[in-house]
Amino acid sequence: MLTAKGYPNRLGVGGWLGGGRWGMERYLYTLHRLTGLGLIFYFLLHILVTSARAFGEAAWVASMGRVTGPLFTVGEYLVFLAFAFHAANGLRLAFIELGWGVGKPFEPVYPYKTSVDFQRPLAIVALLLAALLAAAGTLDFFVLHKGVTP
Amino acid sequence: MDFANVKEVTYRVRRFDPDKDRAPHWEEYRIPYAPGMTVLDGLWLVKELHAPTLAWRSSCRMGVCGSCGMLINGSPRLGCNTQICELETTTVAVGPLPNFNIIKDLVPDLMPMLETHRQLLPFIVRDDHEEMEKPSGEFWQSPEELEHYLQFSYCIKCGCCMAACPTCATDPVYSGPMPLAQAHRYNSDSRDNGFTHRRQVLEGERGPWRCHFAGECSRVCPKGVDPAKAIQLMKRELVADYFKLREQRCPARLAETPKGVARREGIPEAPAPTVR
Ligand code: SF4
Ligand code: SF4
Ligand code: FES
Repeated sequence: MLTAKGYPNRLGVGGWLGGGRWGMERYLYTLHRLTGLGLIFYFLLHILVTSARAFGEAAWVASMGRVTGPLFTVGEYLVFLAFAFHAANGLRLAFIELGWGVGKPFEPVYPYKTSVDFQRPLAIVALLLAALLAAAGTLDFFVLHKGVTP
Repeated sequence: MDFANVKEVTYRVRRFDPDKDRAPHWEEYRIPYAPGMTVLDGLWLVKELHAPTLAWRSSCRMGVCGSCGMLINGSPRLGCNTQICELETTTVAVGPLPNFNIIKDLVPDLMPMLETHRQLLPFIVRDDHEEMEKPSGEFWQSPEELEHYLQFSYCIKCGCCMAACPTCATDPVYSGPMPLAQAHRYNSDSRDNGFTHRRQVLEGERGPWRCHFAGECSRVCPKGVDPAKAIQLMKRELVADYFKLREQRCPARLAETPKGVARREGIPEAPAPTVR
């Protein structure tokens, strides 16, 4: 790649939020990245905590003891919400990346109707699916298995 | 907002002189407003009345050349294609397109984008070199085949999509919507046979897989090119190709001159070719 000259003007992480016309899909994009990063962080933590089992039962009990309490319940709940969104939106993305739901190429006539408008129903379905998963998770966390520590 | 009684507007312009400034800064200018004024017209007035050294790119002033992409009140748009009154405010903030380095004032360095564009072979690639060098006729293409790429061929390389793309905002390696949409434009042209060449770039980390369909590129594109659509269709092609399911086609053959037909009366002869 050519080395660019001049004053650097890349937006950075701020560009995940602003810089365009603030469409709904941009929020989904940002949330998808953030939840993705969150899930990776949780995954690493999970490996770290459970790997204590390799050092014998005492280490395992001690390690599990460190991750109990209301803070971790809320944390796990957030991880579940992140999963619900990331999974539903990921399905939408996989769909779209196979070229479904974005419409065929056609002669553009102003005011332009773009692939973003065509796939909007998919985005809404993905959000509904995420909400459904989240509701089931909420029920499980706070009603059905209330107070049960894993 | 009612612009009927507006006589003056304020321009906030992001200025940067590489010889003097260490960082860009905003400057404010008040200029007279007349109905029908575009953001680009206003810049000319700012230059005439207040800031003779102000630099930007523009040429055609009718949304065709792709020179005047700039950040107008937070959105990447064409200066010549944006009426001040459609901004619904009398303050016009103009900055250089983000995600490109600033050469001076409103002039972004588009070279990295154009260089990527070049590497993705934005032209018809075929194996019949003889015919390509010394064309003997036209290639055959149906209106349906034309439709596959026509929309993407309207791109004027203004870079607005690159400035709006959140992936471009953090990832200098990603090719970006403009070069990718143009790669797809040629991949989907029935006369072209260059997919395997372009695939070398497209499969890697510079390719379309960094796009997660934020769709901003398509929202800001002033020509309705819909690069997000091109990128998703390109992903489908790449997946199909990976599983060896991509339709193998021979690039369009030469159209034969129809034989044994007479010209209808009243239809004039075509002019003699200007290039031989
Ligand atoms: S795709 Fe649209 S926004 Fe992007 S460079 Fe082409 S014309 Fe400009
Ligand atoms: S659809 Fe893809 S290329 Fe277009 S703005 Fe979004 S991430 Fe960037
Ligand atoms: S001056 Fe040519 S596109 Fe605006």
